[in-house]
Amino acid sequence: MGVEQKLGNMGVVTTTLESVVNWGRTNAMWPMLFGLACCAIEMMAAQASDYDMSRFGMELMRASPRQSDLMIVAGRVSKKMGPVLRRLYDQMPEPKWVIAMGDCASCGGVFNNYAIYQGVDEVVPVDVFVAGCPPRPEALIHGVMTIHEKVKGETFKQYYTEKYAAK
Amino acid sequence: MDKKLEPIVKAIQDKFGATFEEFRNEVHLFVKPEQIVDALTLLRDEQNFELLSALTAVDYYPQEAPRFHVIYQLTSIAKNLSVQLRVPVSGSSPKVPTVTGVFDMANWRERELLDMFGIEFDGHPDPRRILTPEDMEGHPLRKDFPLGYEEPQFTFNFDEIDLRKPYAKE
Repeated sequence: MGVEQKLGNMGVVTTTLESVVNWGRTNAMWPMLFGLACCAIEMMAAQASDYDMSRFGMELMRASPRQSDLMIVAGRVSKKMGPVLRRLYDQMPEPKWVIAMGDCASCGGVFNNYAIYQGVDEVVPVDVFVAGCPPRPEALIHGVMTIHEKVKGETFKQYYTEKYAAK
Repeated sequence: MDKKLEPIVKAIQDKFGATFEEFRNEVHLFVKPEQIVDALTLLRDEQNFELLSALTAVDYYPQEAPRFHVIYQLTSIAKNLSVQLRVPVSGSSPKVPTVTGVFDMANWRERELLDMFGIEFDGHPDPRRILTPEDMEGHPLRKDFPLGYEEPQFTFNFDEIDLRKPYAKE
């Protein structure tokens, strides 16, 4: 009785399709469990109770790329890891986003040499770069919030054009 | 030099005409590339050096003759001794006979030397790169291999470098 009455009293909510879809995408964005180096420690800390990413519906680190929406590249990517990274990215279902976490993933960091990619954006398209060596969990969460802002700004038209449809 | 090592060094010197160097009680014997298989076989079978504990190389660039030293570090567990054999090789595409027939562990270490120094091992069963991608050019541990891979991007050259950066496609 009580719940039905309350729901009835709320009446009808009108909104746009875009904001509902974007709200759904932001509030349960599952990251892929993909730690490459020391940044993964801070990524774990961001998941744990002190910083608690589950506040954003992001407590589930998926072990399979087929179940995840967000790839957090946490660490330096070697020349041999690059093709693996790209394959994992290709296996993720659309829509998908990428965070380059830390200096190494963003620009090579201190490893300016023959073995490391100078920025993971040579392998996969990156949405947000998070600076730091390694970034604190707050910085990673800020990066995630930035992605959320970006997703919330996407329009219905964009779902079918540049990013998701133009293959 | 260890007293127990003296007859062993003597044997190698007599048989192969090896030159000999000592540095802080470590013994280095210099042999020619064509002698290395016989020298290692002798040390393994007659002197109880049953372990090839390291196989590595040094690049003495710009010195050209010899440019590389291939280094075989042998350990005798039975006698608690170690001895080092060095093979000096010249030029930028040196060749040394493989020792995989004497010590199995030389297989991957020789692949590593092929990868990192470009030293070829004649008769190696599986001569491929082991650490770097197969399509890589050059040998990273050579002294003439370029140090940096990419010019750092600062404010003043950001746009110029941005243009030639190989960004990924969607």
